Amino acid sequence: MTQPAVKAVVIGASAGAVQALLTILPVLPPDYALPVLVVVHVPPDRDNALVPLFQSKCQLPVKEAEDKEALVGGVVYFAPSDYHLLVETEGALALSMDEPVNYSRPSIDVLFESAADAFETDLVGIILTGANHDGAAGLKAVVAAGGAAIVEDPAEAHADAMPLAALQACPAATVMSLDAITSYLSTLGTA
Amino acid sequence: MPDSLLNLEIKLLLEALFQRYHYDFRSYAQASIKRRLVQARDQLGFSSISALQERVLHDPAMLPRLLGYLTVQVSEMFRDPSYFRALREKVLPHLRTYPSLRIWIAGCSTGEEVYSLAILFREEGLYQRTLFYATDINPDALRAAEAGVYALDRISKFTENHQKSGGKSSLSDYYTADYGRAVFDKSLRERVVFSDHSLVTDSVFAEMHLISCRNVMIYFDRPLQDRAIGLFRESLTRKGFLGLGSKESLRFSDHSGAFAEFVPLEKIYQRREP
Repeated sequence: MTQPAVKAVVIGASAGAVQALLTILPVLPPDYALPVLVVVHVPPDRDNALVPLFQSKCQLPVKEAEDKEALVGGVVYFAPSDYHLLVETEGALALSMDEPVNYSRPSIDVLFESAADAFETDLVGIILTGANHDGAAGLKAVVAAGGAAIVEDPAEAHADAMPLAALQACPAATVMSLDAITSYLSTLGTA
Repeated sequence: MPDSLLNLEIKLLLEALFQRYHYDFRSYAQASIKRRLVQARDQLGFSSISALQERVLHDPAMLPRLLGYLTVQVSEMFRDPSYFRALREKVLPHLRTYPSLRIWIAGCSTGEEVYSLAILFREEGLYQRTLFYATDINPDALRAAEAGVYALDRISKFTENHQKSGGKSSLSDYYTADYGRAVFDKSLRERVVFSDHSLVTDSVFAEMHLISCRNVMIYFDRPLQDRAIGLFRESLTRKGFLGLGSKESLRFSDHSGAFAEFVPLEKIYQRREP
């Protein structure tokens, strides 16, 4: 492992999310060690189609995050539609119905800020394509807590507003292509 | 480390609120409460949570403002219409067999669900034999619930939800529009008792046929969730019903054996016979 301290990966994406995540998540191998928490902005109706889609494409178990569920390595958790997803300090998940943040519920900032609190230096935060500014403050919190920040190359992103906002908030974040992010994550979570 | 200092300040503030005012948020899920307190600190203009604590300890007028951050949920009438449809089609046929009914809306906040249930029960001809208990810990929210006045721009969503829930009347039958507000008919609350009650510190107060407590327990930690579910178990009549939020469940509770899944998709449970 290149960074043995890392204990979790958080990913935020909006417009263009499905294609970007289809590049990354199906490549992660079955023996992957880290939990992967994903917030995608989806409309607030109750059937979240992302989970079945990625279940059919991924080698790892994929599920909708449940309230007060213990985080398990090698599982991909998606935030349910219309709920914020948070990490509790003891490494369990929590959901909330608090008001939307950046007009979004789930909000990437809410996940990243709570995960930064819980994991401090042991976290990797990744901002992918999107047409709004959610995630910028969250990624900043990841960096402030000592975690690693990665932003999809705005030049290749389907929508560049979210990566650009994240880079503006975190100039020190590493810019990577989707392919580079994929191989980085694969190396990170396999022995 | 600044972050653990913040956590310490939060712990002290929650202890202060409990010792001074008997509001107990100490077993609430930490990540959400932290977000809310940081928001309260920033928006109320305090430099630290400790400064906020000092003010709220010495100035009771600050308490309701802080409670607003810690408790108020904005809901919708007939939120999750399929839940109300399941109540209408699956639960009410059972409730109809009782000569009188008691319903508890636990954590009613500003009352949207109370009026939704009152309208549902009226449409189904059960209103007059039902007593509704609407409880919350926030006095301002309870007052708003009792007033039954909502911004007019929220009504189109409420109306859409009501229709999707299988509504048999028009929502406009139940309110009058007035200066940008929808004022709900007071006859909807003539059988509603609004009351202060805490799932954290209070106990059983009546025997219920249906308890609806949605998106309240997700703010609790596991042991507190279990306390609340135990309270519901004791409060429910034999074969009474419990409705939870769409992402809540009894699966991990010590009390799960006392309940059967009645409409699993809608998180409606039925108390087993003892």
